[in-house]
Amino acid sequence: MMVGSFFQRRLSKRLKNMKNNYIELNKSTWCPGCSNFNIQAALVSAFSELKLKSHEIAMFYDIGCAGNACNLYKTYGFHGLHGRVIPLAAGAKLVNDKLTTVCLAGDGGAYGEGIGHLIEASRNNFNITLIVSNNRLYSLTAGQASPTSKKGTKTKSTPYGVNKNALNPLLIALSADASFVARGYAYEIKHLSEIFKQAIKHNGFSLIDVIQPCITLDKKNTKEWYDKKIYKLDKNWPNKDKNKALIKVQEWDECIPIGIFFQEE
Amino acid sequence: MKLEEKITWRIGGESGQGQQLAGLTLGRTCLASGLFCFVSSKFASRLRGGLAINQVSISNKPVKAISKQIDISFALSQLALESCQKDMSDNSLIFYDVNRVKKIVKNTDKIRYIPLPLSELVNKANLDSSVYNFLILGISAFLFNLDISLLKKEIQNGLNGNGLVKKNKEAAEIGWEYAKELKINRFSYKTNTKLNKKIILTGNEAVAKGVIIANCKFYSSYPMTPSSSILHILAKLAKGSKIIVNHPEDEIAAINMAIGASWAGARSMVGTSGGGFALMTEGLGLAAMSETPLVVIESQRPGPATGMATWTEQGDLQYLAKTGHGDFHRIILAPADVEESFYFTILAFDLADIYQIPVFILLDKYVSESHQVISEFKLNNIKINRGKLLTNSQLAKIKDYKRYSLTKDGVSPRSLPGQKNGIFLANGNEHNQYGFSIDGFKKSDREEQMQKRQMKIKDILKDLPKPVLFGPNNANLTLIGWGSTKGIILESLKTLNQNSNRVNYIHIPAPFPLDAKALSGLLNNAKKIVVVENNYIGQMADLMQETLGQKFEHRLNKYDGRQFFPEEIIQKIKKYEK
Repeated sequence: MMVGSFFQRRLSKRLKNMKNNYIELNKSTWCPGCSNFNIQAALVSAFSELKLKSHEIAMFYDIGCAGNACNLYKTYGFHGLHGRVIPLAAGAKLVNDKLTTVCLAGDGGAYGEGIGHLIEASRNNFNITLIVSNNRLYSLTAGQASPTSKKGTKTKSTPYGVNKNALNPLLIALSADASFVARGYAYEIKHLSEIFKQAIKHNGFSLIDVIQPCITLDKKNTKEWYDKKIYKLDKNWPNKDKNKALIKVQEWDECIPIGIFFQEE
Repeated sequence: MKLEEKITWRIGGESGQGQQLAGLTLGRTCLASGLFCFVSSKFASRLRGGLAINQVSISNKPVKAISKQIDISFALSQLALESCQKDMSDNSLIFYDVNRVKKIVKNTDKIRYIPLPLSELVNKANLDSSVYNFLILGISAFLFNLDISLLKKEIQNGLNGNGLVKKNKEAAEIGWEYAKELKINRFSYKTNTKLNKKIILTGNEAVAKGVIIANCKFYSSYPMTPSSSILHILAKLAKGSKIIVNHPEDEIAAINMAIGASWAGARSMVGTSGGGFALMTEGLGLAAMSETPLVVIESQRPGPATGMATWTEQGDLQYLAKTGHGDFHRIILAPADVEESFYFTILAFDLADIYQIPVFILLDKYVSESHQVISEFKLNNIKINRGKLLTNSQLAKIKDYKRYSLTKDGVSPRSLPGQKNGIFLANGNEHNQYGFSIDGFKKSDREEQMQKRQMKIKDILKDLPKPVLFGPNNANLTLIGWGSTKGIILESLKTLNQNSNRVNYIHIPAPFPLDAKALSGLLNNAKKIVVVENNYIGQMADLMQETLGQKFEHRLNKYDGRQFFPEEIIQKIKKYEK
């Protein structure tokens, strides 16, 4: 079943008549049905609702499945190096503040190779948005452990199980003073799109960790598995309260909250 | 004594005693007096203790290098005294701190030793040891026949109105009066005040000036000696010159930020030394693959690894010429002195923009941190060339814009983010003419793009500064060098060719890519060639062998962390003349 390409086709058709078309009709490298298509749908919809002009959007792509979105957007783009999407984007934004600057990365690039840059972006409060497709695996390289893989997970690079603790990127970002910290779920497209909208509008660094189960390599943490655990933060969630956010982002095992945990005014 | 040729002054002591400030203040006072000079520092990577030296060569003619032979030396410690004795000229003077220098072993009677009761002199005036350096400047100003009021003015300027000005001026006066009583003949000289306006500055300061004039708008650098002062200067100038100056988390971020900034339209540069550049290598490839203009300042110090942080070497040429995976072009410009540091910086930005490739400015500690008196820069003829940048109206006429279109010269017209109708993907992955790295990539796309990028070489070679021959056309011996050895060799030629035309010199201002045709044209006449380099292996000699297919067996190398001295060149090439 070609869910992904179907999605893409349907979306492109709908957007064809719009003033700004953000979609490039290249073939995708993603597996059919990959939830990265959902993230694209959510992002394109956010662009559209914010009435952004496609030539005023600058997108930066890391290396990995998430970064391979580079061929699918009709905006200015730069497909850079693995882990280096943040400094690449920050440099561009610093010299042209008019650009809406969005980075797409995976958990390997953003939380592994590039973790230092995440901290620096948080400290600097660069006015850029980082969207991380977090499938807790290195998927494009065929399934090695990622920094967010649960301890004990057996992968190609850890046949006896990951022997270190998983990293909580949201906790790291918060402690480094990130001014917008959120988690989304690739199968909650509308909810995700709303987060993207808020993040793009936010004047400062925004991190959105998107749970994006790998349908090909992860047979355990599947959509069905996540569906049971994921819940949306209450409408009245006090997202100006950093201390509450610091506790909330650590909730994981039983239930997994999604939404904007923290946004500085 | 007559200052007909050149006088070399030295102050030595422990780190923290202000030798560098003293040397620079002396240099500035010379400039104010219409003299030329070359100020060179040598110190360990520490804030206190050790041995820190500043040496100044002064003349009424332009000085291109620091001399080894010292005429007047001030020793503030035992080590400072012992380390200068062997380099003293005939009829030279060593002043020494009577409290710190306990023992003098005299090997020659050509040196006059003069005890300096520094602590006694400053105590009398209720001053302390922090003013020793300026007291010494007072003595020096007297001996060099400089106007004490000029010295005091430079003390004021150098300390920038800070509270220490008063006591340091006082110290200079004490030194001046003390020197009077010593009854030593003062130097006499004539200066030509009609000459063009002159300035004193370091290679790094000249680079920073070039950066501003070239209209560079983004500089990111992780501090690393000897490049750091460029960061410091630009950081101060950032607000006034509207340049973004950034000290990021590491060199990797530095180069990626600069590439992003360049892509967004700003002329961008990173600055580092060899060790820092090692972290930037991947970024270099990204600039090359995405054809994003980038200027890299690399100021060399001896490696590998941390090497010798505060010393000098020319050891990174082969590294910069070859580093990075895959085949791609880069340009290396090697400024030889302060003047070239300025003009080559401006040229580097033009070349990066015109060819959309990375361009290196390869300096070393000796050029980066030595002060030189030079004529003021000529700004009239400087025109900035940003290469094939598309305007909005040009873009409006293009139906199907391809950022990586195939052109005759390999350079494709570039749009900038924010421009209508110019949307494209810059890509570190191999891509088609639009920049896309789509699945099922065509073999022909790879070949076309590779050939397109490689094709630029023809025009690049035309645009690079050509090798230059100095000295007589016909000589028994031809020296070849690049970068900072130029001034040193030219100084040595003055002596070598005093009576006969023995030696000439070929200087290579752009070491990579080497222009084989231009170089072999100059080499045709050469009888015997010696390649002079501040490294162990002879990196330029190897590079020339590779490019010209000719052997360069005679190599004069120095790799002890110091630059050559003209006296050494004169001495060491003797064996090749036989």
